[in-house]
Amino acid sequence: MTAPLLDVQHLTVVFDGAPAPVTAVNDVSFQIAPGETLGLVGESGSGKSVTAFAILRLLQRPGRVAGGTVLFEGRDLLALPERDMRAVRGARISLIFQEPATALNPVMRVGDQIAEALTVHGLASGGEAQARAVELLEAVRITDAPRRARDYPHQLSGGMRQRVMIAIALACHPPLVIADEPTTALDVTIQAQVLELLRELKATYNLAVLLITHDFGVVAEMADRVAVMYKGSLVEQGPVRQILRAPAHDYTRNLLASIPGR
Amino acid sequence: MSLLDVRHLVKHFVRRQGLWRPPSVVKAVDDVSFTIEEGEMFGLVGESGSGKSTTGRCILRLIEPSSGEVLFRGDDVLRYSRSQMREARRHMQIVFQDPYSSLDPRMRVGDIVEEPLVIHRLGTKAERRTRVAELFSLVGLEPDHLRRYPHEFSGGQRQRIGIARALALNPALIIADEAVSALDVSIQAQVVTLMMDLKERLKLTYLFIAHDLRLVEHICTRVAVMYLGRIVELGDTRALFANPTHPYTRALLSAIPVLDPDTPRQRIELDPSSFDREAPLRQLGAGHWAAV
Repeated sequence: MTAPLLDVQHLTVVFDGAPAPVTAVNDVSFQIAPGETLGLVGESGSGKSVTAFAILRLLQRPGRVAGGTVLFEGRDLLALPERDMRAVRGARISLIFQEPATALNPVMRVGDQIAEALTVHGLASGGEAQARAVELLEAVRITDAPRRARDYPHQLSGGMRQRVMIAIALACHPPLVIADEPTTALDVTIQAQVLELLRELKATYNLAVLLITHDFGVVAEMADRVAVMYKGSLVEQGPVRQILRAPAHDYTRNLLASIPGR
Repeated sequence: MSLLDVRHLVKHFVRRQGLWRPPSVVKAVDDVSFTIEEGEMFGLVGESGSGKSTTGRCILRLIEPSSGEVLFRGDDVLRYSRSQMREARRHMQIVFQDPYSSLDPRMRVGDIVEEPLVIHRLGTKAERRTRVAELFSLVGLEPDHLRRYPHEFSGGQRQRIGIARALALNPALIIADEAVSALDVSIQAQVVTLMMDLKERLKLTYLFIAHDLRLVEHICTRVAVMYLGRIVELGDTRALFANPTHPYTRALLSAIPVLDPDTPRQRIELDPSSFDREAPLRQLGAGHWAAV
């Protein structure tokens, strides 16, 4: 096996509070190889989004990392100075949020928001950044990209907004994208289009993806491997076929059995 | 006689676009007809903007329809006066999607469930209290939950409270408007099981509005598929899922993620020019119609 791109070891996240601190992520370890998609599955409150936020060091008080390491491209992200961490976020690891309506800046043209990702990281500026923004909109299959780049988020549909989010996430060609419920807010036909797009982009850019979802259907379509999270701990991890066909843990079995029509 | 008979229901929203431009008309519900028999679990599916929720709300006149008829036990409720309508709503209740915003956060949940009885002036204080305790045990909540506030409950429990409230007046028809869509899959399964169980025990009829076809296939006896304000396909669940005929139904079914990574994906893109938006429903076989 090639060296992992992301190597999370014994990650533990605690939320301080009365009467006692709550352990939201408990000794979680997993790896993602370059170009690989890992589906992190669990229900709300299982700790999957907190795990992603801890990796990017975006946890807010009272949450804090209580232990573990997050090795990415050979460096421990948890030990980096904040300045270096800012150079990782967006440029080397980017994040696609669930709710494109609230994650985009409502008073900024979408083209400018994509260009901003490039200028912040010093990869392009001015007209060049704008031109790249239009190219990226084309890459995420938005028709009439030059005109759409001048639109504000409220002028776009939910599916188009999520494409814009993906364009921003891809702007700096990061090797790793964390996608937190990227299609949960979308209608099923739009979800199918966005998943199709993600699959194509993965192949084109050799992207590794940490795909956070509660939907085993999305996992079956997208992931190479699956990690199942329950109450802060990973209860099971393995290749997608193995987990779907022969789940070893009771929780995974129950979760699969809850899906209607199974 | 059908329990509910919706005929040519229309709801147009008129949107003013400024002084000089003509107002635009959104046909949210555009000539929708269907019937629901006593004891049925009738599924109304479609994506956001298809008009399925507006249809549900028009039946209860929470939104006033533009035209059409809504016959409940043979009587057109759209002709009812306000007081007649209030009386009719005893028999038709709705459970909303969002268990977070549909319960008054400043009321104790016992009072929330009791409120319909108070509004309809049913029973004495003591009788109402007994009824509320009965409803709580019916939906699987503990008696000591009565004095708590909505924020102390999880999403699944809140939806049980919403169901208890809807059942307070002993209705015949429950309109479940995306009632389990916001819940985790394991909680969803529990709430659906509860709804099915209540259906048998209380002889309920459901209009189950949803976007999740997997769920609808699993629990509904008949299904209507809505697209841009119109029913494009309607039929017995088994017939419709075995032989989806309208291009939109096919596209919708093909978009559902398959749980097996080795099943070849056969995504069908919807080509809106491939069908006539105005086409009437045509019978395809026993209990199966499509607008093709």
